[in-house]
Amino acid sequence: QVSVKIRFILIQNRAGKTRLAKWYMQFDDDEKQKLIEEVHAVVTVRDAKHTNFVEFRNFKIIYRRYAGLYFCICVDVTDNNLAYLEGIHNFVEVLNEYFHNVCELDLVFNFYKVYTVVDEMFLAGEIRETSQTKVLKQLLMLQSLE
Amino acid sequence: MALKIVKGSIDRMFDKNLQDLVRGIRNHKEDEAKYISTCIDEIKQELKQDNIAVKANAVCKLTYLQMLGYDVSWAAFNIVEVMSSSKFTYKRIGYLAASQCFHEGTDVIMLTTNQIRKDLSSPNQYDTGVALTGLSCFVTPDLARDLANDIMTLMSHTKPYIRKKAVLIMYKVFLKYPESLRPAFPRLKEKLEDPDPGVQSAAVNVICELARRNPKNYLSLAPLFFKLMTSSTNNWVLIKIIKLFGALTPLEPRLGKKLIEPLTNLIHSTSAMSLLYECVNTVIAVLISLSSGMPNHSASIQLCVQKLRILIEDSDQNLKYLGLLAMSKILKTHPKSVQSHKDLILQCLDDKDESIRLRALDLLYGMVSKKNLMEIVKKLMLHVDKAEGTTYRDELQHTCNTKLCNCSTLILLRYISILVELTRLEGTRHGHLIASQMLDVAIRVKAIRAFAVAQMAMLLDNAHLLTGNMQRNGICEVLYAAAWICGEFSEHLEDPNQTLEAMLRPKVATLPGHIQAVYVQNAAKLFATVLRKHEGATDSQAAQETSQLLVERLPLFVQSANLEVQERASCILQLVKYIQKLQQKDVEVAEEVSALFAGELNPVAPKAQKKVPVPEGLDLDAWINEPPSESESEDEKPKAVFAKEETKHSRPRHTEVDEKELARRREARKQEQANNPFYIKSSPSSQKVYQDAPGVEHIPVVQIDLSVPLKVPGMPMSDQYLKLEEERRQKEKAEKKKKEKKKKREKHGKGKKHDSGPESEEDITPAHHVDIVTEEMPENALPSDDDDKDPNDPHKVYDIQGNLQDGSQVVVSVIFENKSDSFLKSMEFNVLDSLNSKLQRPEGAGPHDGLVVPFQLPPGVSNEARFIFSVQSIVMPQKLKGTLTFIVKSEDSSTHEKLDFKLHFTCTSYLITTPCYSDAYAKLLESGDLKSSSLRLEGVNMPFHHLLARICFHHHFSVVERIDSCASMYSRSIQGHHVCLLVKTADQTVSIDAKCDEPSLLGNVLDEIKQTFSQC
Repeated sequence: QVSVKIRFILIQNRAGKTRLAKWYMQFDDDEKQKLIEEVHAVVTVRDAKHTNFVEFRNFKIIYRRYAGLYFCICVDVTDNNLAYLEGIHNFVEVLNEYFHNVCELDLVFNFYKVYTVVDEMFLAGEIRETSQTKVLKQLLMLQSLE
Repeated sequence: MALKIVKGSIDRMFDKNLQDLVRGIRNHKEDEAKYISTCIDEIKQELKQDNIAVKANAVCKLTYLQMLGYDVSWAAFNIVEVMSSSKFTYKRIGYLAASQCFHEGTDVIMLTTNQIRKDLSSPNQYDTGVALTGLSCFVTPDLARDLANDIMTLMSHTKPYIRKKAVLIMYKVFLKYPESLRPAFPRLKEKLEDPDPGVQSAAVNVICELARRNPKNYLSLAPLFFKLMTSSTNNWVLIKIIKLFGALTPLEPRLGKKLIEPLTNLIHSTSAMSLLYECVNTVIAVLISLSSGMPNHSASIQLCVQKLRILIEDSDQNLKYLGLLAMSKILKTHPKSVQSHKDLILQCLDDKDESIRLRALDLLYGMVSKKNLMEIVKKLMLHVDKAEGTTYRDELQHTCNTKLCNCSTLILLRYISILVELTRLEGTRHGHLIASQMLDVAIRVKAIRAFAVAQMAMLLDNAHLLTGNMQRNGICEVLYAAAWICGEFSEHLEDPNQTLEAMLRPKVATLPGHIQAVYVQNAAKLFATVLRKHEGATDSQAAQETSQLLVERLPLFVQSANLEVQERASCILQLVKYIQKLQQKDVEVAEEVSALFAGELNPVAPKAQKKVPVPEGLDLDAWINEPPSESESEDEKPKAVFAKEETKHSRPRHTEVDEKELARRREARKQEQANNPFYIKSSPSSQKVYQDAPGVEHIPVVQIDLSVPLKVPGMPMSDQYLKLEEERRQKEKAEKKKKEKKKKREKHGKGKKHDSGPESEEDITPAHHVDIVTEEMPENALPSDDDDKDPNDPHKVYDIQGNLQDGSQVVVSVIFENKSDSFLKSMEFNVLDSLNSKLQRPEGAGPHDGLVVPFQLPPGVSNEARFIFSVQSIVMPQKLKGTLTFIVKSEDSSTHEKLDFKLHFTCTSYLITTPCYSDAYAKLLESGDLKSSSLRLEGVNMPFHHLLARICFHHHFSVVERIDSCASMYSRSIQGHHVCLLVKTADQTVSIDAKCDEPSLLGNVLDEIKQTFSQC
């Protein structure tokens, strides 16, 4: 398999419903569902006293829980945990700004917009833009085109 | 009109937009799949329309469904259609769908090349942007080859927004089409100095990734990166560059030396933890790769360790974890710098998070040296005491057991003490491990044997301290090792007499069978040692006393239910008796007795067998006999969570034993019983009844039974037998009904005691049942209804029902019925206590005093009395012998009479019907704490639900889950053992796979279940 930094980004709720799944590596559909289920099983058993990192297959998952949602990023074991943790938080802050106090239903009903946010911040398995103002400016521009 | 219809249908189509679909799915939680399949049908209709807006809407919905895991690959062509829409909104929907659904195998991708090229060169930067984003997800080698040039051009686009995207996507293109790298690289390198920092960082990203895959080719870029590292303020870029340098330094050591300074500067200045962590990690890596070449780097190491200490002290679990992780890297090359932070790491053993504790433990293990061993071990011991979390605890003990100590004798001595100390902890599952370690060390290291033996003797002497709950937690396994070591190396014992005495204490009988067996065998070894010692000193008195001790104590083991124990004990008892005789004749026997255990056990290297050359002409792979056909064994495998089914060979006594053999065994048993004072002999008449019975299986284990015949005046003579018998049977039927009533009443009383179950569950909860039997039963005997036929019994001690209360107190309610014509009074109920079960007597009463039954019985009257027993171990069924004494008063005389009986406490009677939810049940099975066993019942001809009801009723289980002809059941003992069953049935064969944390309890419960079903 070719190597990219981020293997996939997942947003799931506690019940395991997918709210976003962005794949940066090629998986077939069955494999994707299997990964989604496995990530859910690994992440939901952990609580606040645990670290936000968990080893997963040959990778590791950096995750963070916001209310009922788990934001998970799957990366190489050698990658910098803290940087991706900051990346997740940055992403959530952008969502919060974009949707004005984001909640799970915002993500459900506007799932295609969430993909746009992801694409503005991550690209081809790399963190593309970390500046919140720049990302938000782009997003508003894109929205105005509709 | 027609227009209206068309318009209406379009409206309807538009009605179901994405929002409606999402809402619809949320409203159809019950039949989601069905709802979605109708939605997909609608979408298919929508896709057939010419209206692009409708199509885009349909594709958007499909993208959502795809995310939920539904297959939408059939719509690939429609997605391409939407992608090629000129309107940005639709184009975006099309590209999103494509990036989610397309992969290298999607054949319509080749149709997209021209469309994508058109979009890439669009004057609208957002068209270009969306095409680039989409392409990054579904680029194939073909697309990469065809579009590489276009993307390369975009790297010089006027808008940084596009340049940045193009640079990042170039990496994907390189991966799919490596030939593009050479022509594109110069331009990529230019981008490292792009005026826009975003483009710069994208270029750094791509080059770092490329370099990581093949560092050698990128060494020449090091000065450029070095400049970037010292000038950039973007943490993300810095992290990337530092990571890259980490990959480059092994190839170019000089680079490492140059790096240390800027890295330490960053460590000092940065406030971003992620950057700090990356720097520390890289410094460590650099120092490791340079360890020989740079003598003066202790300052850097100190700095790293200091910073890591700050991370570890932080309240954030993540930082703590990473700090410990990095610390363990330093430990490998600079153990001394880490050792000074021992205090901090020991603190982490108290952390709430198990993964942090494990990290800390890992570090501690690496930190141990001869000097600080004692201190660390002592601290660890403290922590073992309060450790939470089973994995952690086991790991902790594992560390203590196998890792910490391995070299010098001194350490081994300490090791033995550690092992002994470990045994004091309750709740460890490592009993086996500790035991085998003890054996291993004692056998292999001669120098420490004396010490080990002394420690083990102490352990045996204090065994009672361990005995609290040891049955359950497996720590008693160490006694196995202790007994063996003391026996085998008994010459090292200071006071073999005392140890011998300790090994023969009555309490030993509560230990598991295999341990008792070792006790018995090694008692004999000790005996040999004692004999030799005393004979040398011509102190015949002491030797004889020892023999006497054995003769007195061994019968306890001869009675053991465990075959191994019984056999060894009988052998040794006879031997000792013989020796005793010889001793009385002043014959010297020590030599001969010692010869029994002569020879030393030498450890065999694990590889020893391999070293034996294979004799010529011996083919180890050839079959000696033809293998049996596989057809019979392979077809029915039980579920994986349960153990393999027990093969029939292990319990031959239940199977093909022919009639003659049965008769012979029956005769032998009777003979033995007749000679054994502990058996209550059957009266001749009851003997006759047995002979009439169909087979040995029908020797009674009775629900209701009588005892020795009473010679009561005015008793009916045997010629009246037939008539009486008939009357009695009728009476008994009535009695049984009464019993049912009784049970119901009992049940209500019980409701308060365990109020956990809901009302409905109570209905199938029977009162716990304890039977009285007259005879010691052979294990395979079947209970039968027609065995309580003794005509001579006037007084019937009827049903005994036990109520199990909290802890291990058992209330047995006994119904007394007077079946004679005489008046009975002054009844006294007495039971011969066993080690395990004791009748609770009022204060001040002696241990052998009987309890007064608080009523008198006129002829034909029955009444009930309750007695409390305290039971220690509930893992084995118990039979208690007892007597009822009473005065029979008739018109002209009164006589004192006595009735013997046996109380049978089945293991089932210790189980309480406890409901269990399937998830808790599954967790229990997964925990791995349970031992398993299984049972097969042939020819059970009853509906499955009857079968389950029977197990529920007779054995106090509750059904957890039932699927077709398979059900999981659960029950709990009064001491909290979990018992899980998986019952399956097929063709009159019932297989029960069972799991329980106490194997002997499990075995006995299964035996009882088997009996229940052999009755029908």
